[in-house]
Amino acid sequence: MIDLNKNYDVIVVGGGHNGLICATYLAKSGRKVLVIEANQSLGGASATSEFSDQFSVSSCAHWLFQLNPDVASDMGLNKQGLELAARDLNTIALAEDGNHLIIDGDELEGAGISDEDRVAFVAFNKQILKFSKLLSGAFNRRAPKLVEGNLTDRITLAKLGLGMKMLGKADMSDLMRLALINIYDVMEENFDNDLLKAAISLDSLLGSHMGPRSPNTVYGYLYRRMGDIYGFNGPAVVKGGMGAVGEAMAKAARASGVDIEVDTAVSKINIDIDRATGVTLADGRVVDSGLVVSNADPKTTFNKLVGLTNIETGIARRVKSVRMKGDAAKLHIALDSLPTFTGLSEKQVGQRLLIAPTMNYIEKAFNHSKYGEYSTAPAMDISIPTTHDASLAPAGKHVMSVIVQFTPYELKGGWNDENKEAFKQLVIDRIADYAPDLKDKIVASELLTPADLEERFHIHGGHWHHGEISLDQILTMRPFPGASQYGTSVDGLFLCGAGTHPGGGVMGLAGHNAAKEIIKRGKSA
Amino acid sequence: MIPHNETMMLKTPFYSRCLAACEINMWEDWKGYTTPQAYTSVEQEYFAVRSNTGVFDISPMIKYRFTGPDAGAYLNRLVTRDIRKIGVGRVAYTVWCDDNGQVMDDGTIFHLAENDYRLCAYARCLDWLMWSAEGFDVTIVDETAEVAALAVQGPTSCAIFKNMGFDGIENLKPFGLTRYPFEGSEVMISRTGFTGDLGYEIWVDPSLAETFWDRLFEAGKHREIRPIGGHALEMLRTEAGFVQAGVDFIPAEESVRTGRSRSPFELGLGWLVSFDKPVFNGRKALLKEKKEGSRYAFVYLDVEGNKPAEYAFIYDGDKQVGTVTTAAWCPTAKTNIAFAQVDAKYGKPGQELVTEIYYDRELKWTRVMAKCTVIESAVFNPPRKRQTPAPDF
Amino acid sequence: MKKYDAIIVGAGHNGLTNAAYLAKAGLDVLVLEKNAYIGGATVSRELYPNWKYSNCSYVCSLLRPEIIRDLELPRHGLQVVPYGGGVTFKENGDYLGAHADHERMLRELARHSKRDASAYERYEADVMKQTRLIRPFLMRTPPDPTSLKPRDLKELSVLAKSFGSMGEEALADTMRFWTMSIGDFLDEYFESDVIKAHLAGSGIIGTALGVYSPGTAYVLLHHYMGDVDGSVGAWGFARGGMGAVSAALSASFQSFGGTIQCDAEVAQIIVKNGKAKGVALANGDELYADIVVSNLDPKRTFLKIMDEGDLPADVVKKAKNFKIRGSSGKLNIALDGLPTFTGLPKDSPLCLGEKHFSDSLQKMERAYDEWKDGTWSKDPYVDMLIPTQIDPTMAPPGKHMMSVFVQYAPPKIHGGDWTAEDKAGFEKTVIDQISNYSPDFKDLILHCETRTPQDIENEVGLTEGNIFMGELTFDQLLFNRPFPGYAQYRGPVKGMYMCSSGTHPGGGVMAAPGANAAREILMDLKLTNTVPGGYDDD
Repeated sequence: MIDLNKNYDVIVVGGGHNGLICATYLAKSGRKVLVIEANQSLGGASATSEFSDQFSVSSCAHWLFQLNPDVASDMGLNKQGLELAARDLNTIALAEDGNHLIIDGDELEGAGISDEDRVAFVAFNKQILKFSKLLSGAFNRRAPKLVEGNLTDRITLAKLGLGMKMLGKADMSDLMRLALINIYDVMEENFDNDLLKAAISLDSLLGSHMGPRSPNTVYGYLYRRMGDIYGFNGPAVVKGGMGAVGEAMAKAARASGVDIEVDTAVSKINIDIDRATGVTLADGRVVDSGLVVSNADPKTTFNKLVGLTNIETGIARRVKSVRMKGDAAKLHIALDSLPTFTGLSEKQVGQRLLIAPTMNYIEKAFNHSKYGEYSTAPAMDISIPTTHDASLAPAGKHVMSVIVQFTPYELKGGWNDENKEAFKQLVIDRIADYAPDLKDKIVASELLTPADLEERFHIHGGHWHHGEISLDQILTMRPFPGASQYGTSVDGLFLCGAGTHPGGGVMGLAGHNAAKEIIKRGKSA
Repeated sequence: MIPHNETMMLKTPFYSRCLAACEINMWEDWKGYTTPQAYTSVEQEYFAVRSNTGVFDISPMIKYRFTGPDAGAYLNRLVTRDIRKIGVGRVAYTVWCDDNGQVMDDGTIFHLAENDYRLCAYARCLDWLMWSAEGFDVTIVDETAEVAALAVQGPTSCAIFKNMGFDGIENLKPFGLTRYPFEGSEVMISRTGFTGDLGYEIWVDPSLAETFWDRLFEAGKHREIRPIGGHALEMLRTEAGFVQAGVDFIPAEESVRTGRSRSPFELGLGWLVSFDKPVFNGRKALLKEKKEGSRYAFVYLDVEGNKPAEYAFIYDGDKQVGTVTTAAWCPTAKTNIAFAQVDAKYGKPGQELVTEIYYDRELKWTRVMAKCTVIESAVFNPPRKRQTPAPDF
Repeated sequence: MKKYDAIIVGAGHNGLTNAAYLAKAGLDVLVLEKNAYIGGATVSRELYPNWKYSNCSYVCSLLRPEIIRDLELPRHGLQVVPYGGGVTFKENGDYLGAHADHERMLRELARHSKRDASAYERYEADVMKQTRLIRPFLMRTPPDPTSLKPRDLKELSVLAKSFGSMGEEALADTMRFWTMSIGDFLDEYFESDVIKAHLAGSGIIGTALGVYSPGTAYVLLHHYMGDVDGSVGAWGFARGGMGAVSAALSASFQSFGGTIQCDAEVAQIIVKNGKAKGVALANGDELYADIVVSNLDPKRTFLKIMDEGDLPADVVKKAKNFKIRGSSGKLNIALDGLPTFTGLPKDSPLCLGEKHFSDSLQKMERAYDEWKDGTWSKDPYVDMLIPTQIDPTMAPPGKHMMSVFVQYAPPKIHGGDWTAEDKAGFEKTVIDQISNYSPDFKDLILHCETRTPQDIENEVGLTEGNIFMGELTFDQLLFNRPFPGYAQYRGPVKGMYMCSSGTHPGGGVMAAPGANAAREILMDLKLTNTVPGGYDDD
């Protein structure tokens, strides 16, 4: 709750996971911190919602697979009740004929996978993880400035440089090439099996507006596999849905002395010429603070909360140029009973299921979204969390959560009810190709387009990374040049959301790094 | 077929009159418009302004109109001056900067009415204006072709306007604007100009342009009015100490090499920067510069001798400390003036430097190392420029 | 048996340049060419009586002025005539004229969008900044960032200094520019579809990427970094066709005592004890030299004319993975007269430049989708020129020659070879597109030479018909070209070198790879360098 007599040192706008993490670190450093969240629940896109009577689902992110372990332990999330219902799940790339490919860590099964592919996959994983490991050295700290950097930045750069040298000549050469190219070519270079190539491709671009042939997608894959560096050997299902992550973080924050106000929208970040002084709430109340930290994405922060009229034109232009049009929708289905997938055992149905038979399938699905159309044959990432956590649905019943890629934020003709319904049916039909009895079991369903995600989670463009993870929007270019170290052109205003380095996903490092930066700057923040 | 001539050389609304008056066929391309560099003799045209009245067709000046409830706030964020202090009926010279506090361009802002402004500039900048408009309730229209304009400059200009029936024009203060009925429409007159002399600029609908010209020259017949071209204006502005974009500085967004752009302080235009107002483009960088010091200083140099120090290097002893951007012999002030960019520490009035001047003596290039001194202000600054009521010469 | 000092495989412009500099240094140099004529893709051919035209590369801007001057190419007959102008036709009958005069261009842009006209100046300055950054490196050997050799460290520091001098934000902008798509880049400047489409062409020409594929902004630079007489970004015609470039290079080479042998296809680079010893020709002849320089693209070099057993495993893998995608085809059309274009005044000087018929980025992106799908674009992006309006040598008086570069065309149709029907369909697609804007065009056609990527590969030996001998994406540029660890023109075998467009700084008729390679060879031989340094832009 807001305590107006408290003279807050910091107000964090938005109680998403990064906001809560940032707030916790700041509170632990002795600062008086207030988190203000517009929604009822905390956690932002780590949310659980009841979409149909007694059926609940993780309404945005649905796997936990790259939460940074240091952050989790600093927050004491286990102590705060965070439980995993299942972890280290396999990924199963579905084939319509039931001859699926099962990816279990380094192991591959099914789909007529060749020995060559098995061997290549182990080698490929090894190299990718080596690169991700190297990259991870830059993830848990601010992105270094390259020219005007101070000692901290130079140390980061030196470490990265040394890390590259340590890779050895061959791997270093590979990295220089791989980091820039598309996943399609890399897959063609390494593997034969279509399902394998497609599964890896999908992982490299989920949530983004890119196809397998788009250069930069290998970086997306390195980013995704950061989870392995953080101790995940496959995705995990959180007990109670992803909202439990938000709750645990909120508890941790409160335990550190953070005040949290929910169901309260911030309408404005107050600025005195060029210094943030606090916030104005939607109900008109003004709360002052020494610093304001925005967990909102860069566009929402500057367009809505700060106002483009209160910053200089060059920054406004930078904000406008951030690419963040979401291309993934969420489909939630309440099921009467567990559907049968051709060729999958009941146990296997609880694994991570992918619909992406070939790379060209994904590429074609992407083509549509370039022109503001939805994919007629979309690629999907499916979770049935109730196979691990019965609490989300009435006894014996199930929920299915589907990431539907590609679903444009701006649909030609608009996302009216008719278009939404048509697309929803199309997606369900497509899943039914793999699970023939699905349609008979549907009790209720809900489709959240990127536009819906925008509305629900206050993320501009409904882009879950708060900005495309692409080489031109990472490191010193994230969220945009001139704001890459969490501070902004407005004194006393910081960013801590996924739009900042290193990026999105339930990782927690953006919030962590932002807090560290603020603490380091001390009085000069 | 698409009419190709839409993008051919353009004619100003006064073109027919300019053409008739242009005796020596010296023309130039001014932002696509065909305009005279000189009509009869550059020198005579120059002296017309200093002694009588010269008329310069400024129609090609780029004009943008800003209307809407946020027009004032918008401009205040755009430019370095505090627009809130420019009342209705007033005009202000200003510069605008990018976020790094580097000058993008200069121009004049006319406060035409409540929430209604005009910006008059040498170069197009609609893109920057539009970017700057994000979030503001302001409508921006390029009205360059919709407004015909003349600069009527010189000691007798006020008298000529009185002859035209513009009663009370003498009471118009510098940087004021007023309107008079004209041919069933109206003419707007502002006491502004680029010559440093008593003078006005008039703004009319293009359909009235030729009529206005004719009436003006009729009224000025006995006051030795004459049209002047770009070359004479160049001498006038130099004498008056006005900088010119593209000559004395490179607009920030058009510069290609690192470090070539300049801040208002580095152009001697620090007086245009007001920190006592809401955020504006370049504020942060300019505050920093003010605190930490500028890299360069813009100076007026009084150069020994009578050879214009065009393109000259400037030395302190053996050390090259700057370059000249504009130089001319000033016929009225009888001074050999140069504008220069020098390293900041050489910018103080009284600083003595040396310029390296090359000049041509019948294909024999000659070099002189001329002493020069940094002077406080422009060399031409007559009381009549400021006097209100304007004197009648 | 006679032993040469150096044998160059392939008489393309880079091979000839390389040979000329080696010969200039006093070496006894032999250039071998599989075709009956020299020049590779830098040729003028008479494939229709009395029409002698550039049938592959067709314009000249990148050719380094240092080399033109140093090898005295003008004395050997080369004359480069710049052309200005250009048009992008709109479907609605309007067009965007690219006027040579800056102010006129701005007025034309303003006709489509006043805002864009003013944004264009910022765009030009920003692109020029990037161009100026890259130009000094064209005539330098890229450093190896994995190496600790003093020379590499020094070159790296030159690179770092050049980038570092820009300042943090400008450097970030540079990194953005090098990694983003041309479409996204243009979206940051312009609102008008046709303006964006007009400018985007340079981001995809010769590249198997779409306008919204990251990395294409850099490709734009590759078309802007040349100059004609110091006018950076300008393009010109070689009088007499591109063959004039090869003819001048070969004359220069021969003036230094070099030998060229045509109809001499190299089947194999002979390697003994880890050293290059010479070459074996397809006819069985063997020719010997301690220096063998391949002007073939990296794939052909390492996978065709070298034995896998002679190479380290990583090179074979890297060569296999080298991206060299055929993305374009060409139509060379002999015309009975000058076609007229609806919408454009008959004698408009705009006609002297390139003509395009894609008026939106979306159309261009869709054209790319078809390439991805394994077929040629049904509404392709074309770069069409009628060089005979400026160069009278290519066709009889009153007659004309039209050069149509067409993108996209895949090296294979749905994985199979191009059939005669495919080729006819491709040709029809292009001719129909042009006819939509020029009603009298079809009737003027006397002869049409249609070249698919497959034809280009078969004839001039560019793998997949890729005009740049390897995609110009950042993973294959600078120290990554052709592959990391081999970017300094030295092959994996002692005495074996590379000098093709597959090496830094890449494709286009630039001759810089050939010259840079010569410098490295001479350095290894401890001979005095004959290769000029680059001109300074400032």
